[in-house]
Amino acid sequence: MISEQLLYSLAGVGLFGIGLRATLLHHMLLLRLLALNVCGAGVFLIFIAIAYGGVEMIADPVPHALVLTGIVVAVSATAMALALGRRLQALNDE
Amino acid sequence: MSNAIIWVIVIPLLASLLCVIWSRYASFIAIISNLLTLAASILIVAQVYQSGSFNHALGSWQPGLGISLRADALSSILLLMSMIVISAATFYASAYFTDPVKRARFWPLWLMLVVALNALLLSGDLFNLYVTLELLGLSAVALTALSDNRAALQAAIRYLSIGLLGSLVFLAGVALIYTGHGTLDLVALSGMVQAEPLSQVAFGLMTAGLLIKSALFPLHFWLPSAHASAPAPVSAALSALVVKVAVYIVLRLWVDVFDLAVTPLSAMLLGTLGAIAVIWGSWQALQAQRLKLMAAYSTVAQIGYLFIFLPLIVTLPEGPLQDAAFTALLLMALTHGFAKSAFFLSAGVIQQYCGHDRIAELGGTARALPLTTFVIALSGVALIGLPPSGSFLGKWYLISSSFQAGQWWWVLVIAIGSILATAYVFRILGYAFGPGESVGRVLNWGRVEIPALVLALFATLILGFGSADLWGFISQHSDFLGI
Repeated sequence: MISEQLLYSLAGVGLFGIGLRATLLHHMLLLRLLALNVCGAGVFLIFIAIAYGGVEMIADPVPHALVLTGIVVAVSATAMALALGRRLQALNDE
Repeated sequence: MSNAIIWVIVIPLLASLLCVIWSRYASFIAIISNLLTLAASILIVAQVYQSGSFNHALGSWQPGLGISLRADALSSILLLMSMIVISAATFYASAYFTDPVKRARFWPLWLMLVVALNALLLSGDLFNLYVTLELLGLSAVALTALSDNRAALQAAIRYLSIGLLGSLVFLAGVALIYTGHGTLDLVALSGMVQAEPLSQVAFGLMTAGLLIKSALFPLHFWLPSAHASAPAPVSAALSALVVKVAVYIVLRLWVDVFDLAVTPLSAMLLGTLGAIAVIWGSWQALQAQRLKLMAAYSTVAQIGYLFIFLPLIVTLPEGPLQDAAFTALLLMALTHGFAKSAFFLSAGVIQQYCGHDRIAELGGTARALPLTTFVIALSGVALIGLPPSGSFLGKWYLISSSFQAGQWWWVLVIAIGSILATAYVFRILGYAFGPGESVGRVLNWGRVEIPALVLALFATLILGFGSADLWGFISQHSDFLGI
């Protein structure tokens, strides 16, 4: 019987792999950004699976804090990449 | 006095916000804050010199829960180097940007870059390393995009997406470490990590992420376009510091934290990649048509040298031989930091004076810009590794360590790399001293030329003649070296 924690960790590893593959394959900015975010979601899922200690136990707060910080970083980086992409588009249109 | 460790992060952070509010006085604020930060970093080095490495727990939170800052011989020396480079580049930038809009955008980002650099060097745990690495990447990308032309924006987007991938791979390794050991504190981890599979996989992931950031061959493809298209003071900081702190984390992990998980084979692999980088980067630098592109490829090569040291440090027995190899590595890194930043600042002067940086059309530069040409020659001396530069001693010890470790083949790589470096430096000087039409009045732009001169003097004279002190400092405080 596979434990829930392991299942979620493996799902995280799988997501990470899918995202990594797509990041390396695609050259379009938008697709690449989506792939990077999938990749990030995989890493965050691994962190959350680590924090889980069982039904009776309180989850470990440290990985949760790390994931929150990671999400903030990922969102700002995505926003910045989109802004750069728009600026490049505007320059191309001129 | 451990407060100094907070000030090097807080001062630039506050100054960055002030620059947003009072953008009219931004250059003034930036210069003052960088001088204060430089003073604080000197205090940190002095304290490490007197009493060894020290920690500071922010807000008195216990390590593992709060953010812990830590300074030791390695990080404090690199901190001092980066603050000297940053201060010189700040003086330079205060005269470089003529467009008021660009200037107003430059200063807050520039100071954020300083915050990220200092926080990264002083981080005491793996997760903070990730956060500061991202901060550094974001501010570096924004500064690259400041050139605001198509080439720069494309380079910035590539830099950003590849950097994000690198830090996510690093973060995946951090997650595995937390699973296995329940802590991310570097000091606590260095006592716990053994050569078991989980730690080795995590270690491999973190190293792979960092190799992207430090642009080791074949992961260097993003570097030349980004470094060549950024504004000159930004290129100087990117090449001299931003790439180097990623190498710093690799070193910190390899020789300090994960020393027991390192296998000779993996060190040999990185050394081999470094050797290819030396030859490939130097060859590309020789082929480059533009001055800044040449400098960027030369950075790829110089980073390669640093990785050749890894298999030697792993193989050599603990003691004076290993200390010598490590100090030589540090000396090479410091010299390259000073020399490459001086080179980029001078390339910026030439670009502003001539309106281009095509190497084949540099004729007459030596007469029009004598001081800048002198600085390029001086930093060329340091890039080749001629005496009395710091990299002469670094390469000398690299060669002698190779023989002592029984790995003579690195000597061939160093010889070929040095010959190619000589060729690309003299190629520039040949054109610069040649005849040309751009012979107007002799120019002396003190504010932009003198900072570069100071940096080049650090690389050639001060590090060359002052290396004995560095040697003593490192061997006295090399307790973190424990392979």
